[in-house]
Amino acid sequence: MSGSVLRRVDWLSVLIYLLLVLMGLLSIYSSTYDPSSPSILDPGQRYGKQLVFILISVGVIVLIMALEAQFYERFSSLFYVVTLALLLGLFLFGKTIAGATSWYDLGFFNFQPSELAKTTTALALAKYLSDIQTDIKKVRHQAYALLIVIIPALLIIPQPDPGSALVFFALVFVLFREGLPLWYLIVGLMAVLVFIATLVFGTIWVGIGLALILGLIYILKKPSFKIPLLPVLLVYGAAVVFSLSVNFVFENVFEQRHRDRFSLWLRLEKDPEKLEEIRKTIGYNTYQSEKAIESGGLKGKGFLEGTRTKGDFVPEQDTDYIFTTIGEEWGFLGTASVVLLFTVLLLRLVHLAERQKNPFSRMYGYGVISILLVHYFINIGMVIGLLPTIGIPLPFFSYGGSGLLGFTTLLFIFLRLDANRLNEWN
Amino acid sequence: MKKLVLSSIIILIGISFIGRLSYLQLFRFSPDQILDDPAIKRVYDYPERGYIYDRNGELLVANQPAYDVMVIPREVEPLDTTEFCQLLNITRERFVAQLQKARTYSPRLPSVLVPQLSKEDYARLQEKMRKYQGFYIEKRSLRDYNTPAAANVLGYISEVSEWDLKSNPYYELGELTGRTGIEKQYEEILRGRKGVKLIQKDRFNRDIGPYKGGSLDTLPEPGTEIHITLDKELQEYGERLMNGKRGGIVAIEPSSGEILAMISGPTYNPELLVGRERSANYSTLHYDSISKPTWDRSILAEPSPGSPFKTLQALAALQEGVITPETTFRCYNGFYVGNKKRGCHCGGGLRTMNSGIFRSCNAYFAGTFRKFFEKFETTDAGMDVWEKHMRSFGLGDYLGYDLPTGRPGRIPGKEYYDRVYGDGRWSSTYIISNSIGQGEVAATPIQLANMTAAIANRGYYYTPHLIRQIGDNLVDDPTYTERKYTTIAPQHFEPVIRGMADVYEKGTAKWIQIPGIDIAGKTGTVENFTRIDGVRTQLTDHSLFVAFAPVDNPKIALAVYIEHGYYGARYAGHIASLLIEKYLKGEITRKDLEKRMLEKTLEHEYAKPYSGEEFKINEYVW
Repeated sequence: MSGSVLRRVDWLSVLIYLLLVLMGLLSIYSSTYDPSSPSILDPGQRYGKQLVFILISVGVIVLIMALEAQFYERFSSLFYVVTLALLLGLFLFGKTIAGATSWYDLGFFNFQPSELAKTTTALALAKYLSDIQTDIKKVRHQAYALLIVIIPALLIIPQPDPGSALVFFALVFVLFREGLPLWYLIVGLMAVLVFIATLVFGTIWVGIGLALILGLIYILKKPSFKIPLLPVLLVYGAAVVFSLSVNFVFENVFEQRHRDRFSLWLRLEKDPEKLEEIRKTIGYNTYQSEKAIESGGLKGKGFLEGTRTKGDFVPEQDTDYIFTTIGEEWGFLGTASVVLLFTVLLLRLVHLAERQKNPFSRMYGYGVISILLVHYFINIGMVIGLLPTIGIPLPFFSYGGSGLLGFTTLLFIFLRLDANRLNEWN
Repeated sequence: MKKLVLSSIIILIGISFIGRLSYLQLFRFSPDQILDDPAIKRVYDYPERGYIYDRNGELLVANQPAYDVMVIPREVEPLDTTEFCQLLNITRERFVAQLQKARTYSPRLPSVLVPQLSKEDYARLQEKMRKYQGFYIEKRSLRDYNTPAAANVLGYISEVSEWDLKSNPYYELGELTGRTGIEKQYEEILRGRKGVKLIQKDRFNRDIGPYKGGSLDTLPEPGTEIHITLDKELQEYGERLMNGKRGGIVAIEPSSGEILAMISGPTYNPELLVGRERSANYSTLHYDSISKPTWDRSILAEPSPGSPFKTLQALAALQEGVITPETTFRCYNGFYVGNKKRGCHCGGGLRTMNSGIFRSCNAYFAGTFRKFFEKFETTDAGMDVWEKHMRSFGLGDYLGYDLPTGRPGRIPGKEYYDRVYGDGRWSSTYIISNSIGQGEVAATPIQLANMTAAIANRGYYYTPHLIRQIGDNLVDDPTYTERKYTTIAPQHFEPVIRGMADVYEKGTAKWIQIPGIDIAGKTGTVENFTRIDGVRTQLTDHSLFVAFAPVDNPKIALAVYIEHGYYGARYAGHIASLLIEKYLKGEITRKDLEKRMLEKTLEHEYAKPYSGEEFKINEYVW
């Protein structure tokens, strides 16, 4: 790797990456701590394994930095095809762990191609969109772009791993950045709002509320500003019909466990006895993780002192629920620091993406941001009880070799592209 | 623009996360949630409760083991209820009800299912206990009484109530606490401090080792033994004398304020409030609303003080200089208040202070009382001075002894009469009954005993108390070791004490002298009214007696109050003289008198108002 790369790489991002990885390692150590084998170097323990993966990640970083920046753009299509092949291959050679056929058994470790697919899909999407012939305003090109995202997701859903599949849709953000009309997003957000409001308040109140809001806009608008009445009524009608269909879907299409998740998330259940029941069954994870985080207070109980962590009260505490360990042992100071680190990293990446002169680099940067943001948002939101339970890991933190390697690759390819931005003329 | 949208989304997410986390970790966090952390189990080590000894080192209260069956509802697994109930010796309904109660209190914390098993039940149960998940046996320590007496003083211990749990975080459900008497007053000393071990558990409720390596665990601090001022022998003897009688007796050592005996009749054996039958026995005692065995008459009954109160009238009058011991009043077998004659049993004639006291002449003290008030320009001013003197003997307010209950008695002041009659619409003639201890004044037996001790000390008293020694340390609390001076100068006491001594020599208690002991005393016969079907009806007088002995170097001062005992020298006087003899000589020479007092009961008197028939009062049968 040339000296210029070392000088030009964004060290702030690298520093935050290292901090997050180390905090993650400490949390994994604490969550799976085995007093009979306290050495962090013990490869028989999860913390030992994670340390090995961190070292491998460092090697991967060096490799990524050593390669030419153009390499990633040039071969992105190939990477994408290989990834799809690997995902397909799972149906034949996959190893099943905890009910999901998501891994290849490589002997020394289980490789999960869906983690790699996040990076390669982002690369492929950036490649397609940055092509001079692609016009995102055209519906056909929009459909192609969507297809690039959807194919790997469709291959991952039946593993089954719907959580990971969901992440791919985050890449849609890239399309918006590159000119997909914003009202797609607005309509989507409105639909989500109507969906939630219908579950919480019921169709009648949603109808009344929407009518009130529209009426209010009519009254408050400038008299000179004309709004055609018919389209507004159509939109209103569509919203009400959608609201009715939400009820129908919720009652007839969803299964009870789905309904339970929603009623848990939206706090629809008020009956204390049923609430107690939910806490012991479907809501157990969320309730326990909230309680554990709450018990940390401002300063936390201290490293290795988390009583609920030690007692294994929160399931999956080294993977999806790793954030509870921070909450219990490091308290609000710890959790707020992690949130702050992620926020700074993501904002920094937005800044880096925007300063790219090469459209491919910028679009890939947005892909990286979308994927990291969705993971971070859904994971922490779930652990602290703001979002329904969707099992995806917290980037850089959660235990898991494929995940760590995947996120590292995802991030550092972008940092490599960024480090090259001044050489764009050649 | 689009860059801003994404950045705003990132910042918004950050803010909502921080908001939610501060709600969870800062707002909802409470520092003592270690108490309901499911990962930490607390195991207690209960120290033995301190023993209680009497003033001579005689053991009064020790401990015995008992076994509670505890339940942690969350851990209960389906079981053979029929067999388990048989082992526990309870009905199925009760089992279900108790289990539900425990679950309501907390599914996670232990509750008592069946308290205080007998040793036999425990032995049978112990072997099979393993079969029943969620139940275990907790060993506790119960009181073991070495005396049938002093239940009212010692008090009892019982399971903490919900109110106790709320008001004192030390206690947990199923633990025991002093409920009344000494047990309550000295709870923290007797109890010691339980030790606690914190055990880290996993989500399957398995122990996985001590929490924080045991660094927060504490060792139990044993309870401290105490010695109280009661004389076991005197107390037991007094309670035997109270056989079939209602009333209260308090004996005090004047030179220290130590309470030698504190007897209430009827009473009960303290053993009744120990063990499994405790609550049934307690109900029986508590709901006996006629004889009220749990109502400690020695400190809660507030009869009119009667004639013993006359001694204070003499002292106050001497102090104010309105009379000398030689001042005389004539008794016309009574005295006149306006046109109305009030009777006197002294026999009539010219009375000096000496004969006024030993013959208990009402006319003499009514006259003294009038003279007292004539000294002052207004009745109000006289009332203030009079009230001050009376209160200086510890009357009219809580005495401050070391028991959790008490009554203030009553010394009426001008405010009291202003309220009753209207401001300025009363004079000394309205209140003259107070001069002979009738009227509005009221005093508890312990106040009367204390008053007598103050006379015996010639002008001061120590706050009466029961604590004598805590562990190895004699009590030197200034509350109990500082003299409380009365407002009467010492020289005025001698003529009054002379009169009280003559009560025995030639007066109302001439028949109950004790050979070889000089006693000063004063009889009291207190009129007694009740309402029967709403009609104010007079019942047989209360018998009252105060005394101290020996006259020159008082070792014991006491007050005896016997409900419906008729005149003072009769029951109260006899009992007082037997107690004094017992305490000073250690044995009783007058065996026939003793036998009579031990056997005679007053149940027939107490039955009269409830008989629904006509009855006579103050009958001269003996």
